[in-house]
Order: sequence, then C-alpha cells, then structure tokens
Amino acid sequence: MGHRRLHPLVMILLVALATLCGRALPTWTLSLATVAASNALIALGIVILARTGNVSFGQGLFFAAGGYGVALVANAWGITDAVTQMIIGAVCGGLLGLVIGPLIARYSGIFFGMLTLALSMVFYGALVKTTALGGSDGFNVGRPSLFGMVFTDPRAADFMLYAVSVVTTGLAGIAATILFRSELGLASLAVRENNLRVEYLGMSANRIITINFAIAATFAGAAGAFALMAQRHIDPQFAYWTTSGEFVFVAVLAGYQSVAAVFVASLALELVRSFSNLYLPNTWQLVLGVFLLGVILFLPRGIGSLWVRGRHKRIEPAAAAVATQREAAQ
Amino acid sequence: MTPVLSVHGLEKRFGAVVAADALSLDISAGQKVSLIGANGAGKTTFVNMVTGYLKPDSGTIALDGVDIVRRSPRNVARLGISRSFQIPQLFIGLTAAENLAVAISGAQSHALSLHAPAEAHGRRDKALELLGRFGLADLADRPISELAGGVRKLIDIAMALVRRPKLLLLDEPTSGVSAEEKFATMDRVIHAVAPDAATIVFIEHDMEIVSRYADRVLAFYQGRILADGSPRDVLKDPEVRRYVTGGAP
Repeated sequence: MGHRRLHPLVMILLVALATLCGRALPTWTLSLATVAASNALIALGIVILARTGNVSFGQGLFFAAGGYGVALVANAWGITDAVTQMIIGAVCGGLLGLVIGPLIARYSGIFFGMLTLALSMVFYGALVKTTALGGSDGFNVGRPSLFGMVFTDPRAADFMLYAVSVVTTGLAGIAATILFRSELGLASLAVRENNLRVEYLGMSANRIITINFAIAATFAGAAGAFALMAQRHIDPQFAYWTTSGEFVFVAVLAGYQSVAAVFVASLALELVRSFSNLYLPNTWQLVLGVFLLGVILFLPRGIGSLWVRGRHKRIEPAAAAVATQREAAQ
Repeated sequence: MTPVLSVHGLEKRFGAVVAADALSLDISAGQKVSLIGANGAGKTTFVNMVTGYLKPDSGTIALDGVDIVRRSPRNVARLGISRSFQIPQLFIGLTAAENLAVAISGAQSHALSLHAPAEAHGRRDKALELLGRFGLADLADRPISELAGGVRKLIDIAMALVRRPKLLLLDEPTSGVSAEEKFATMDRVIHAVAPDAATIVFIEHDMEIVSRYADRVLAFYQGRILADGSPRDVLKDPEVRRYVTGGAP
C-alpha cells in the first residue's frame, strides 16, 4: 500500500491547470491533446476492466455507439451543446454495456476478448450496410456549442473542445482513482486473482465484471462523442477492429498501476505518431511499433511503473490463481 | 430439533467412479465432525456438493431444513455454509488485511460500494480482529505471496469465518503443518472459530487430531459411510482399521 496518494482536491487542481494550459498551447497541439484525452478516456475504461482480469478488444463498439447516438440525436433535435453531447454519448455506451455485460461476463481470458472483438465487428458490418446511416461513408454533424455559446473562431472552437475533453477525462480519472480504492475496486482485483473464491465468499464475480464493463463502455461512449465533435463526421470506422486495437495499445503502454499513466501514455502515443508521421511519412508505423516494443521490453508493466513501485505483486498474472482454482475443483 | 445439515440419498458418479453412494447423514448444531477416509473415498466430493460447487446426480441436501441442492456456491455461502480449502484459496497479490476486507465486503447485506474505501476503519478493524484471533495481526499488511503455507491456511479459515457461518467446513486444516506444530495449530483454529462457528466439519488424515478434536467421526470408503460414531468407536472399528486408517491408533 505504501505509496503516496494525491487528494482528490489536488487532482481537481491539476485538471484545472491542464485545462488552462490549453490557452498557451499552439493550435495543432490542442487538437492532438484533445484526441489524446479522448483516447485516454477509453483506455482508462480498458484499464478499469483489466483489473478484473479481462481485456476488451472491441471498445470500438461503444465508441461507435456513443458517436452514432450523439450524431443521430444532434441531427434529429439540433442538440449541439458539447457537454450534453458528451452525456448522450456516455449514456448510449453505458446502456449498451449494461445489455452486453451480463452476457459476456460469463466468459474469461481470450474468449472474453474475442467476443468483444466479434461484437464490434458485427456492429461495424451492420453500420456499413445501413444506408439510412450513410453506409460506409457515414454522415456529417454540425459544429458543437457550449452553454449557448457558438464558436466561429477555429482556435476558440478547438480550445472549447480541448477544455471539455480534458475536464471530462480528468474527472473520469479522479473517479477511477476513487473506484480503485473502493470495495468494488478491491473486489475487482480479487476476481482477477481467484473468481471462484469470490463466489465462495457470497459475491457474484459476473456482477463485478459487468459493473466494470459498463463503466468502461460509458467512458468509450463519451469518447465517441468527443471524436464526433472533433471530426464533425462519423462513419463505421469508429467500430472497426483497428480503432479498438489502438485503445488497447494505449492501455498496454500505460499498464494498470496508475490512472495518470493512461493520460501520459495516450499523449506520448499521439506525439510519437504525429512527429513520426511528419518526419518519416513512409515509415511512421515502423517507428510506432519500435516505440511499443521499447516500452514492452524496458517497462513491461507499462509507463506507470516508472513512478508506481512496490505494488507489482498485487498484479501478478493470474497463473497462480488458475492453479489454485484447479486444486479447488479436485 | 432440525439438524443443521441433513443429507439423504446423495449420489455422485464420475464415469465408473462412485464418489457418493446413497449418502445419508444428519449433523446437529454444535457438533465437531471429522470426515476421514483414504484419497478418493469421496470426502472432498461431499464437501463440494454441500457447498454447491458440484451438483449431485440425485439426493437431497438441506441446511436448517432449506433445500440447497441446486444452489450455487454464492447462494450456499449466503445461507450460512462457509468453507476453507485443502490448498488455500486466497488472493495472492493482495495483503492479508485486503483478503479479509474482500471477505467482509462480500458478507455485508448491501451492494459493493463504488466509492467507500475498501479498508475503511470498520472493515480494517474487523480484519485485524479476525487476524488477531489467529495470532496474525502483525502480518496484516504483508502480501499473501510473501507468507508461508501454514499462515495462508489460517487466513483461508479466517476468511471463511467472516460470515459467522451456521456450518463451517474445513478441508484438512493441519495439512502441511509440521508434526510438532499440528496440535498448536489446531488449538488455535478451534479457539479462533469458536465465537463464530458452532458447528464444524473437518476433513482430516491425522488420527491423533481426529481423536483429540472431533466428537463424531464419519469414515468414508468408496463413496459411502463405512462407520459413524465417536472417535473411540470408529477408530476401533475393524473395517475402518482395514480400509481407512490401516491400523493407525
């Protein structure tokens, strides 16, 4: 346990500081930071879910559900407020997560991961074939506003989106740190280590996984809303497997020992991608791959292990738990 | 008086292997019952069926008169049967106190909180109190992965006690403990569980432990009960000596 924990008020101050920093950032950095914050929000959900021992390879499903939900509501009722759109996206993702979660929580390991991937690809296929939603081309939405203010200046619009995404992701990060320390957070680690014993203690491991799954889906839905607001366009690519893979990429980079690591990893990934794309336009994927390899080789527990030490034992792979479950079954 | 546990006509087969052959028995409140038998005699299968991990092919199991035969381990635990395991089932990456905190969270009547700290003062105090009963309070903040097998066994039992079970099932509580320490360990277990679990069923291979701590012995052989009675009578039974104890005193 013995590492320092930031007080939630300090965290709120840090979020406020990061938001105000946006005023000083160049415009291209604002867009990059907005994308990084949005991706960090989904990766944070993956990290929350990973604490139960399950990884979702299909978060694109909820990302797309949030994006499409917001786009349809925005076009149908003319809702352009960024915060409202973010909430709509979160609700769409969360509700879908609550429907799928109980069904998928019965599975674990690679089966869990592949099922999430399969569901996201089924959704992708359905979107491509649905001409009412623009098929593979998707459709456009209007410029977002904030509390009745319309931003015609591109710089002001970028800052508004940056601020809303950073504040949302920051608050989600604070909520995640509280969740990690909570009863559910500890029980989630217990499920990861030995879900059979969790059942013998009178708790439902499936319910614990479902709640974490729904939280991850809610975060992904909100991130889908941000991506929509940033691009003002949506298409089935939101649900494609490579999109989901990118979110897992961030989660792997971050590790799951620290919430802050998710934000650092997401920003680092966007920076590496942007600069390698700029200076090595033909080989930027290679640079990205080498970057990930480097992190896995030198920081196998993710970027977070740089500042969180001494807790590695609590996140040992579940091999021992599998062995003990086998014994229990005898 | 209704027995705490009532089992009738319990049958379980794994292919050609008969793990439970028309088992019938009643266990009254306050008894300390020892299950003895060679490996494969059906003791652990019996415990697994009583706790809902295995479903019997036929027969009934009732706890305080309530049928529990088709219930899951989770529901059985909520109704009042807790167990410890031959190989401790702990969360090895968590500390001893955190393991107890998970058990305490699971025993509360309301849903798990998403914001209340897992080791809030009440829960931490309760965890320390339980660990203290086993003489393990000073190990509260050590990860399970750093603790010895005997200590893990005691923590496993402490976790089973959190719900104050009507019936506590202990699977070989002294296995892995040295001959010099087995009585001290068992004394500690019996003393620690006394406030929370009046009725205890324990699987045991050590006949000295059985003689000293059980007030009733059930000898298992090929899925059926070979003998049922006081330790003195059962351990002297010729069939038990022949098939179970191999002549051990």
